[in-house]
Amino acid sequence: MIYLDANATEPLRPEARAAAIAAMDCLGNPSSVHTDGRAARRLLEAARTTIGTRFGPGSVVFTSGGTEANALAIHGLAPGRRVLVGATEHPAVLAAAPGAVAIPVDGDGVVSLAALEALLREGPALVCLMAANNETGVQHPLAEVAALCRAAGAMLQVDAVQAAGRGTVPGGWHSLAISGHKMGGVKGAGALLLAPGVEIGALIAGGGQERGQRGGTEALPAIAAMAAAAVSDPSDLSVLRDRMEARLLDLAPEVVIAGKAVPRLGNTSCIALPGVAAETQVIALDLAGVRVSAGAACSSGKVARSHVLEAMGLGSLAGCAIRVSLPWNATEQDVDGFIIAWAAMRQRISRSAA
Amino acid sequence: MRILVAMSGGVDSSVVAGLLAEAGHEVVGATLQLYDHGAAAARKGACCAGQDILDARRVADQLGVAHYVLDREARFRDAVISDFADTYARGETPIPCVRCNQTVKFADLTVLARDLGCEALATGHYARRVEGPDGAELHRAADAARDQSYFLFATTREQLEFARFPLGDMADKRSVRDVAARLGLGVAEKPDSQDICFVPDGRYSDVVGRMRPDAMAPGEIVDDAGRVLGQHQGIARFTVGQGRGIGIAAAERLYVQRVEPAVKRIVVGPRAALPQRGARAGEVNWLVEPPTSAMRVTIKLRGREMPQPAVIAWDAAAGEIDIRLDVPGVVAPGQAAVVYAGERVIGGGFLRAVATAPTALAV
Repeated sequence: MIYLDANATEPLRPEARAAAIAAMDCLGNPSSVHTDGRAARRLLEAARTTIGTRFGPGSVVFTSGGTEANALAIHGLAPGRRVLVGATEHPAVLAAAPGAVAIPVDGDGVVSLAALEALLREGPALVCLMAANNETGVQHPLAEVAALCRAAGAMLQVDAVQAAGRGTVPGGWHSLAISGHKMGGVKGAGALLLAPGVEIGALIAGGGQERGQRGGTEALPAIAAMAAAAVSDPSDLSVLRDRMEARLLDLAPEVVIAGKAVPRLGNTSCIALPGVAAETQVIALDLAGVRVSAGAACSSGKVARSHVLEAMGLGSLAGCAIRVSLPWNATEQDVDGFIIAWAAMRQRISRSAA
Repeated sequence: MRILVAMSGGVDSSVVAGLLAEAGHEVVGATLQLYDHGAAAARKGACCAGQDILDARRVADQLGVAHYVLDREARFRDAVISDFADTYARGETPIPCVRCNQTVKFADLTVLARDLGCEALATGHYARRVEGPDGAELHRAADAARDQSYFLFATTREQLEFARFPLGDMADKRSVRDVAARLGLGVAEKPDSQDICFVPDGRYSDVVGRMRPDAMAPGEIVDDAGRVLGQHQGIARFTVGQGRGIGIAAAERLYVQRVEPAVKRIVVGPRAALPQRGARAGEVNWLVEPPTSAMRVTIKLRGREMPQPAVIAWDAAAGEIDIRLDVPGVVAPGQAAVVYAGERVIGGGFLRAVATAPTALAV
């Protein structure tokens, strides 16, 4: 089995696993007054410090994951502002901001700064942009975006779920969403970082945990794992990825790689094989033992057309692109195995179409 | 061998997957997402996947076989639901299960199966595929009460070669449920599906009205002599042979004899006025070499009837089958006319709305 679906979830890092197991043996509830509660609280605050230091400066609100962190930010910051969202944002953001105005992207998936600037002139705004796209890995020029927002007095919420464990995340945001399992942690924890001075109201009030910004007992094992994963050495996978892309293009000149010309995450490759349904590719590769994905998976498991590629003007390719995302522990053999399976798939499908 | 199994989430296709897996085949389960179940059931917030998809997935998990959900909403809307509405708007009676088998199921899944390196496509249909001297033949199921060969007539010979119907030899539904129970499948006692899958509440006219509002425009109900007997609220509410819901008080029950879409008229008459001997079927699929002369066969003009004796001739120029029934029957344009030679399906087509004209066939 070859696992190349890191952007769905990263394999668990050993240090994250160890941290989670240690935290599972911690008896107390972090909100309890007694000795065991304080021990749990110490673990929780250590994780908070680690995350805050790694991605901050800022305060840290723990959540159940990236989706909740994004939703919390929008819920807290949107009132009184127009919400502007990148056209290629994750459904976690799009669904949390109904009625938002889409900021267009160019053919490479990069946000249009001119369009953003124009939109910012129309009044107080909350801008939601991802640091890196989940399907293509394409990174927005967040330093410029932050400068435009600052000049216009707008707030900036950054979805860093894909970028966080994979390199540097630019500053200048008011809030930043991350997810534990996308960094090699355990599923079930995420965090919203708030820049100094930014306070928000809770989406879930509950018992007043997280300084009243998120009710509910913190998922300590998953949070401890997230903190451990956050400070793991990020692997540079771009050499491996670039070699893989070069070999695919060599094998099949008709292949289109979305966002190839612009800065991208080093692990992500969005590979379109024109005329072949993404769904067929994902299934064929799975049956050959290679795990990749396409578009955004719905809970039913069906493969939907990619709204990301459509926003990039690659509508005709939106149904034929797969996402290959190398995990932190990817090897050259993994990539070789993928290329063999991919080439066999392409040959069989072109034969059956003939 | 690797076999693609179309799994609906019902007991039949679940048993097919189970039997093939038990026989040692590499089963690849596929469930088609055909319409937004939440929207069809008008439940806000319901998942787009209905219970059937979840059931299919659970069965695949139980069997330990691969399973995928295929998004076929757009294809199903274009190939089946639109055709359903258009057929009503033409004043005919649609047969969506045939359209679905013809397009979304056999045409598309055969291609997918080949793309995935599968050597066959298996479904839970009650029909038998028999290896004949000239390739695969389509036969009626062993269980006459469950036989679905009628709905499969449009399967091409090439698709039939590739298809497998493991339930064709099952004695009855009970036997299928028993196999499901033996395999420990949770769907063993799941009720059979009813009606048309994309109209769960049975209100066809709502679906048609949304897609073809013209078919829901009011018009006149007349008798064969053109006398106006009443008004109706859309031709899509009527289908040839229908005797209920006409909304006209008369000494004897009136039946829909004809639908005239151009003038939005429903022509009704007594039961005795319905049967006719002649009919024509177009959009023909032959599962044998087309007959070159008149041929005595049995023919089925609706899903729920036994094949009736008839003589047919192939009008190659028109691409139509000329039908002469031994005993006059109700001919509803749009329905399938499926031709049998004994147990075997040899071809079929869709009934045309020209049956009142005398046929060319001299018998």
